Amino acid sequence: MSVKEIFDTMDYGTAPESAAEALAWLVDGGDRFGMFIGGKMTEPGHIFEAKNPATGEVLAHLTQATEADVDAAVAAARKAQSKWAKDGKARAKVLYALARLVQKHARLFAVLETLDNGKPIRESRDIDVALVARHFYYHSGMAQLMDEELPGREALGVCGQIIPWNFPLLMLAWKVAPAIAMGNTVVLKPAEYTSLTALLFAQICQEAGVPKGVVNIVTGDGAVGEMIVTHPGVDKIAFTGSTAVGRRIREATAGSGKSLTLELGGKSPYIVFEDADIDSAIEGLVDAIFFNQGQVCCAGSRLLVQEGIAEDFHARLVARMGNLRIGNPLDKSIDVGAIVDPVQLQRIEALVAKGGAEGTVHQPVKAPEGCFYPPTLVSGLEPSSLLMQEEIFGPVLVSTTFRTPAEAVQVANNTRYGLAASVWTENVNLALDIAPKLVAGVVWVNGSNMFDAAAGFGGVRESGFGREGGWEGLMAYTKPAGKATPVKPAKTHVKPDEVEVLGLDRTAKLYIGGKQARPDGGYSQAIYSPKGKLLGHSSIASRKDIRNAVEAAQSAKGWAKATAHNRAQVLYFVGENLSARADEFATRIRYLTGTTEAKAQAEVAEAIDTLFTYAAWCDKLDGAAKPVPMRGVALAMNEPVGVIGAFCDDRPLMGLIEVIAPAIAMGNRMIAVASEAYPLAATDFYQVLDTSDVPAGVVNILTGPHAELAKTMAGHMDVEAVWSFSSTEISAVIEKESAGNLKRTWVNNGLSRAYPARDWLAQATEVKTIWVPYGE
Amino acid sequence: MSTPDMTAHATGLVTEKAQLPQVHEPRNPGMELDLDIVERQRVNTSAVERRCATLPGRRSVKKDHQAAWLLKAITMIDLTTLAGDDTAGRVRRLCAKAAHPVRADLLDALGMPAITTGAVCVYHDMVETAVEALDGTGIPVAAVSTGFPAGLSPYHLRVKEIEESVKAGAKEIDIVISRRHVLTGNWQALYDEMREFRATCGEAHVKAILATGELGSLRNVAKASQVCMMAGADFIKTSTGKESVNATLPVSLVMLRAIRDYYTRTGYRIGYKPAGGISKAKDALVYLSLIKEELGDHWLSPHLFRFGASSLLGDIERQLEHHVTGQYSASWRHAIG
Repeated sequence: MSVKEIFDTMDYGTAPESAAEALAWLVDGGDRFGMFIGGKMTEPGHIFEAKNPATGEVLAHLTQATEADVDAAVAAARKAQSKWAKDGKARAKVLYALARLVQKHARLFAVLETLDNGKPIRESRDIDVALVARHFYYHSGMAQLMDEELPGREALGVCGQIIPWNFPLLMLAWKVAPAIAMGNTVVLKPAEYTSLTALLFAQICQEAGVPKGVVNIVTGDGAVGEMIVTHPGVDKIAFTGSTAVGRRIREATAGSGKSLTLELGGKSPYIVFEDADIDSAIEGLVDAIFFNQGQVCCAGSRLLVQEGIAEDFHARLVARMGNLRIGNPLDKSIDVGAIVDPVQLQRIEALVAKGGAEGTVHQPVKAPEGCFYPPTLVSGLEPSSLLMQEEIFGPVLVSTTFRTPAEAVQVANNTRYGLAASVWTENVNLALDIAPKLVAGVVWVNGSNMFDAAAGFGGVRESGFGREGGWEGLMAYTKPAGKATPVKPAKTHVKPDEVEVLGLDRTAKLYIGGKQARPDGGYSQAIYSPKGKLLGHSSIASRKDIRNAVEAAQSAKGWAKATAHNRAQVLYFVGENLSARADEFATRIRYLTGTTEAKAQAEVAEAIDTLFTYAAWCDKLDGAAKPVPMRGVALAMNEPVGVIGAFCDDRPLMGLIEVIAPAIAMGNRMIAVASEAYPLAATDFYQVLDTSDVPAGVVNILTGPHAELAKTMAGHMDVEAVWSFSSTEISAVIEKESAGNLKRTWVNNGLSRAYPARDWLAQATEVKTIWVPYGE
Repeated sequence: MSTPDMTAHATGLVTEKAQLPQVHEPRNPGMELDLDIVERQRVNTSAVERRCATLPGRRSVKKDHQAAWLLKAITMIDLTTLAGDDTAGRVRRLCAKAAHPVRADLLDALGMPAITTGAVCVYHDMVETAVEALDGTGIPVAAVSTGFPAGLSPYHLRVKEIEESVKAGAKEIDIVISRRHVLTGNWQALYDEMREFRATCGEAHVKAILATGELGSLRNVAKASQVCMMAGADFIKTSTGKESVNATLPVSLVMLRAIRDYYTRTGYRIGYKPAGGISKAKDALVYLSLIKEELGDHWLSPHLFRFGASSLLGDIERQLEHHVTGQYSASWRHAIG
């Protein structure tokens, strides 16, 4: 084309980024790569191919790790860990060097990423690699500050980290940076489609002076991931990927004592109100759903438009989509690159073929031949449509309409997922009213897909649990210092030959929805003192009682909206009323356990103190305004988890108060299952609740066999978290059953440890990050 | 102040269109002031800024394409001198440059026929000189008018100034709006003023300078754009070049979206002229890609897009020489204007 012809047509032409340097790097590596274990690259083993999805060309041959390789990597990590954990300021310098080296090799990383993954060079260059460097800088600072700012916390140990193919290097940074900053060592497995930048990262680890064994990178498919997940030498698993695999990991690690964080799928709503800047909201969708070919866990994939503007909005959106340029990812003027692999392309095609007919499919630009999928809008769907519910993980936007803000929230939350959400309106009142109501870990006001190392990222529901980024992200890589001791099973006192009845028969019922309720099964159990006195009967709760308690707890939603001051007042009042009956409770404790009067009194005093402590905390667990690099704020808001089921330890009163107080202080509703051996102090306690203005359903108390109730509680889809401090071995069953809705769990694994209040509060809250860019 | 009769005015324009065969666009007749349209303007500043910040990274024009785009940019420049010390000699030199903006050997090497800038833009007193100097080149003379740059001279004199410039041969009139009408939300007054300016221009095309740096918010820019288009502006233009903040990408994006909205609603294409602060070839390319993305190729024409710039041309010439020779250029190798 001559200059004159271009002058007349004003085409963009092509602007390809050179792949020469990246290809030369692969050639230097012999196009065959081993793995990074103990600070060295291993010899290549049984190989598989790394392909460029845009062309199908083989880029390199990579090694499928064996059991022995994973063993070696875990052993190297273990060997390096204690020394690495010693000096935070020394770690800070290494992380700083990593950040600098990422910047020095920025273009090499970007081009290699685009070759391997198919994402547009603009994104790998301007977004992925920039965020990677930022993540290492930020966490270098966290290593520097750890001793001063996180006293009493220590590294978990060896972390197994399994990352996806959509942001290969960025997810590596999100995993590796906080882990090693806190003194952990890691064994990381990149996705088999996209391992190349991880191998380049291995090289810069050597240049940065990362000690041998601190970072280990093994390659291969899901089988290797499974080896890491099930490896007994691993203390923590961090996984980002699909909900299906996350669920399998939850099941596989159940009862192993491994810590776990999961960052999974999503079907994030993108809500546009009629008073939004419509053109900007449409442009925002380009970043929400066409960014990285829509292969983004937090993609704004579900468009909800207020009915009155829907027609105009969709017309403008389709016109905008017509300007998207799809093709060679190395071209600097390309908006949509290649799908990561033909397998993923087929998945997208199959889903649209199956569900597209429920609405209208718009594809204003055609995809080139090969592993490409055109930007797609499926409009006119209903919440019940297949494509409104299923995560597609491709450049496919689905849409429906709503009438009112309340309906927008209802439709937005009508999903199994809870990762992210966008809200578009020019009305600050509306935006700040809606954001807290959305079930999501991240909310963007008038924006989409904003990320920063200082701002927490992560989901709720089946989008997983745990946060990455910010101070909250460090919770996933640290634990309270100090040793845990084995839980001693409490002694159940058996019926003596001759029964002595203590006083008038009092019926200890279950406490559900603010009412005393007989157990659905109609059975109860006699409770004896150590000396064989019949203290009374406790109800034997069954699965139906759990069902009823969850229903009661779920309908007490008002508690979450009560002001912190109001919740504090209620907790203080509970403490006050308990105090008035201190002697009675001390006596009960003494009869139940056979302890001394002094110890019984001490337990009551501790319970009152605990209630006062969490009453104090109600209005003091501040959120944060994160200094993200933009004009705006990212608010970290502490929200209640929801309905929490807890199995109490065998301190008759404290076991109950310790779980109830922090949970309800933060606005949760609780179903507490009292100590199986000593349930009667807990059932006495409901009378205290009754007299203390605790709204019905906020605290529900059950008694009965933990082993049986744990399965039902952990499997219940409408319970958001389950805790266990039980002396019965139920940790494994809770973690396994929790995989159903991927609820959060906090279990003792048969060990007892004193947690600081901050840990209790962290378990009782979800951090929601609300991004509010502003400017007139 | 008088508001011209709408119907008669609109009828007049149809005739006008026929008399200007070189103009490919049907001329915007304007419409009645619709305050609903004004009131529903929404601009989210952060989102607009994000779009603008990422655009240069999203579109890249290289090699022959870059040369062609830069040549196109030259044809869209309103080569401008608006200084108190302008003289006839200075204006004639500028006009000569407008007629021969690029060295002939560079054009030959690029395989391009002769090109000219879009127009020459001067104060009223220089219009006659410029018209004479440009005789036979086909380059129109644009006059800044209506008490440019502040627009605070007596209203009847502002109208009169348009008349005089048109009489002196200006084919384009760059008027300044009364910023106070925007700042006080007096949309009717803004509309009436613009309507009369437009009527007074007659066959000359009118560019409405919004002085966006003085309007306080992007939302006001959107509202003022809509009102001026409804009142019959042929072009909307960012600034006089005399405000402390002149053309910016965010302001441009807002005005382009307003133009698109007006086109969707009425079918009339309004032109856009960013002015002041665009002095680099690279910036010009970003502006052109913004136009292409937001409005489409149709707007990449001097009929619908102009740069108000005085030093941009020099940088483009250097880039073109670099493209032809592979060597970085120097300003003294290109004729001054």
